[in-house]
Amino acid sequence: MSYLEYQVKFVPSGLKKLLYLNWPLVLLVTAVSCMGFIMLYSIAGGRIEIWSEPQIQRFGLGFLLMMAVALIPIWFWRGSSWIAYLVSIGLLVLVELIGEVGMGAQRWIDIGPLRLQPSEVAKITLVMALAAYYDWLPPRRVSNPIWLIPPLLLILVPVALVLAQPNLGTAVLILGTGGAVMWCAGVHWAYFATVFGAIGGAVYAVFETRGTPWQFLHDYQYRRIDTFLDPSQDPLGAGYNITQAKIALGSGGWTGKGFMQGTQSRLNFLPEKHTDFIFNTLAEEFGFMGSITLLALYGLILLFLFHAAMQCRDRFSSLLITGIGVSFFLLFCVNMLMVMGLAPVVGVPLPLVSYGGSQLLVLLIAFGLVQSAHVHRPR
Amino acid sequence: MKRQRNESSEVWPRMTRRAVLLGTAQIGLMGVLGWRMKQLQVDQADEFKLLAEENRVNMRLIPPARGLIFDRNGVPLATNEPVYRIVIVREAAGEPREALARLAAVMPLEPEAIDRTLEEMDRVASFVPVTVKDRVSWDDVARVTANAPALPGITAEVGLSRHYPHGPDTAHVVGYVGPVSDYDLSLMEDPDPLFQIPKFQFGKTGVEAKLEDQLRGKAGAQRIEVNSVGRVMRELSRDEGDKGTDVQLTIDAGLQAFVEARLAGESAACVVIDCASGDLLAVGNAPSFDPNLFVRGISVADWTALNENIYRPLAAKAVQGAYPPGSTFKIVTGLAALEAGVIDPEETVWCGGYTEVSGTKFHCWKSGGHGNVNFNDSLKYSCDCYYYEVGQRVGIDAIAAMAKRLGVGIRHNVPMSAVAEGVAPDRAWKTAQYDDDWRVGDTVNASIGQGYVLASPLQLAVMVARVATGREVIPRLVKTIAGVEQPSGAGASLGINENSLRRARASMFDVVNHERGTAHKSRIATDGMEMAGKTGTSQVRRITPEERARGVTSNADLPWNRRDHALWVDFAPYNNPRVAVAVVVEHGSGGSTAAAPIGRDVTLQALYGTFPPLEAYPSDARDTAAAMQERVRAIMEGRPLPTEAGPEGSRA
Repeated sequence: MSYLEYQVKFVPSGLKKLLYLNWPLVLLVTAVSCMGFIMLYSIAGGRIEIWSEPQIQRFGLGFLLMMAVALIPIWFWRGSSWIAYLVSIGLLVLVELIGEVGMGAQRWIDIGPLRLQPSEVAKITLVMALAAYYDWLPPRRVSNPIWLIPPLLLILVPVALVLAQPNLGTAVLILGTGGAVMWCAGVHWAYFATVFGAIGGAVYAVFETRGTPWQFLHDYQYRRIDTFLDPSQDPLGAGYNITQAKIALGSGGWTGKGFMQGTQSRLNFLPEKHTDFIFNTLAEEFGFMGSITLLALYGLILLFLFHAAMQCRDRFSSLLITGIGVSFFLLFCVNMLMVMGLAPVVGVPLPLVSYGGSQLLVLLIAFGLVQSAHVHRPR
Repeated sequence: MKRQRNESSEVWPRMTRRAVLLGTAQIGLMGVLGWRMKQLQVDQADEFKLLAEENRVNMRLIPPARGLIFDRNGVPLATNEPVYRIVIVREAAGEPREALARLAAVMPLEPEAIDRTLEEMDRVASFVPVTVKDRVSWDDVARVTANAPALPGITAEVGLSRHYPHGPDTAHVVGYVGPVSDYDLSLMEDPDPLFQIPKFQFGKTGVEAKLEDQLRGKAGAQRIEVNSVGRVMRELSRDEGDKGTDVQLTIDAGLQAFVEARLAGESAACVVIDCASGDLLAVGNAPSFDPNLFVRGISVADWTALNENIYRPLAAKAVQGAYPPGSTFKIVTGLAALEAGVIDPEETVWCGGYTEVSGTKFHCWKSGGHGNVNFNDSLKYSCDCYYYEVGQRVGIDAIAAMAKRLGVGIRHNVPMSAVAEGVAPDRAWKTAQYDDDWRVGDTVNASIGQGYVLASPLQLAVMVARVATGREVIPRLVKTIAGVEQPSGAGASLGINENSLRRARASMFDVVNHERGTAHKSRIATDGMEMAGKTGTSQVRRITPEERARGVTSNADLPWNRRDHALWVDFAPYNNPRVAVAVVVEHGSGGSTAAAPIGRDVTLQALYGTFPPLEAYPSDARDTAAAMQERVRAIMEGRPLPTEAGPEGSRA
């Protein structure tokens, strides 16, 4: 779509834009965030000032940013994609040089009161850059090997930088998000089949060569995999966290132990209970009803994102929304798989719920982009 | 960036199709998430709930107060006494070394205790109390408590520990408790969880061990919530448990103390039984030991001393010891013969000093012989030849049967450790034991309580009580449990002909009261309290014909452990039997000289319930009796002994 087309068709302007926001999405995002506030209040033992209050303040700031981003026309954001991408790559390099290392090797840059994690930013700017690229690229060239090189570079540069931190979890998320955007852009399925085939073969080779002189990984790395596959092998060591996490989750039962009654989290059996493992506290205190509700809310957010993407008639907007949706999906999916013992513990927070500033802000800005695309689509 | 509209319309269907495929994959993965939630939270919820409870809830056992043990009059024999220990909690005490230095300024504290405490504090979490010193005196507790503001994190804790106020007097009957060892636990099939409490005391011997289940009580439990590092967050519930059951024994503490004091200096045992009820009024064992040593954990030196003492203080000889009953067994042989009708009581048997059986000479203790003896004479003079004859007539199986009827050779159900069964041998027994035929010589030996016959003092006391009453008196040590009277040991009639019993009793009366009776010196002078008894002197060595030829070596010339055992049994009063007594003095040389005087003193004490007046003794025995009483009083009151002449004099 061209700027001209936006001019021809009806596009809301001024404060009228607020009426055209995707309000269900706004409400869903707020609702999930509120669940986060409640859980943070509970985990702090009924004290609001420890985690809940800073989180609410950040949410307030993020909400304003989301609205601001939403009100700026989408073509401005499309034009800024490359700059945003380059800035985020620059931040990734910068954090490598001057960043501070925290728990789980996540690196951040202190900007005043805010801890900026460039890897979070890069996930969104990558989606913007890829969407802009495929918006520009004529569709018949999409599957051309030559024209596959730029998007692959776009993806692999931040992946490599994040891996170097090292932050395997986020690197996988970036890779998955980028792949999903390329998939939706129409890259031939044979490429994907090849990649998945290669990954499968590599995993097979890794396990098949175990115990031979030419094994791929170190022994301790194999042992880590063993522990992941069967935490009970090492109940007090590496498997302790995941075992306790499963106990917290499972002991919630149908209806949970009740608000602020979660023994596993309150008595510190649960690790990282306010960040990566916050879902377990929720599941412990509100049971299956609580956890399935959160999953349903996430599902609804995805549904509205999908709907919004389908309504957009321009490639940039729909690829952007799809990419953000996949990124969001991968976050909660990997986190939940991880805390339920189906994936290795890689340090991925639960989106909108886990305590953490930059993650929340970046997500809200990303939803602002979605809203911008939704508001400014020609009708 | 110009594109044709037709191009984009070509792209759209593909875009939508891809997006739908992606959405489907996402829905699939969310399905996996939902399925996993259901699996963990619904299907396996019970399992995880249990695990969460196990994580969070710790059970702490509250040891119940052990049941007390009283004598028949309510005098406490085993009590629980508070013991104090000083504990320190690192997180409250500050720098441990300084805190302990402050404590050492207040109460005596050995450098080793300080080092051990510091070491232990390094190992445990900072909120765990560490014992600095156990069993501290009340003065130290008072000093620590008074200085509490200067000693943060240091407190005195109180616990209960067993105490035996009568010490050695009741050591063998009551037994003692000690800390549970891993070995003890390995012997139990289903150990009480209480035994997991470190240093938990449980009965090791005697009544403490045999009535352990009643005395222990039921553990209380404190359910506490702990966090992931084990710190106690709060108490969830508390169940104080049930105090152990109090037990009352049939023992009379006063008589028991007298018996122990009277036996002092000997390796001896004495049992006093109430004829009417079977109550064991005293079960004396000498020498004894202080059971309180074992409660605290006995030192190596004390243990070695007790173990190496040739008088074997740790053995409860009254029930564990199995001695050849010697002449006291003639009551059994005689009654067996009378019951079988193989001899008339007035029929006489010639005693020429020995009897020859299948070529072997069996000697009477009186080398010159007793001449013609009837049943009464045989017991009165303790003639061996008479019993060689009637023993052969009645046969060993009848003797063994009578012995068992009278309580010898059967294990009495008395809650003490290692109660001996004794031996009342018969043909079957020898075949089973030695795979050998019974010989007539064995019968001859058994008929005077030698050879294979073995009896404990308890069995001998029961035997006399049964003869005295004609009833199957059953020894009873436990009077009440939780205030409930235990079955009496009065027993049913033995079914022995009353005339036979009367003959036996009359003969026993003459043993003491006939001027030629073997125990005439040990008679009781008080009217209506006359005693009937029987002496016994049992060999522990074989006398060879050569020795016999040159004259039997006097006991006084033999080393202690080769001398004869001295035995005595009696009941009194003769006309209305109230108590029966059995005395065994190991290697005491002669029943009439070593055991009978003890028997009389004990019998008198039991009948009077206190020190008897000297008039109870025959006039020629009053001086020695007075000396004996003075000596026993001194021992009972813990005074130094007046002279060493007393007991030796009474034995002469």
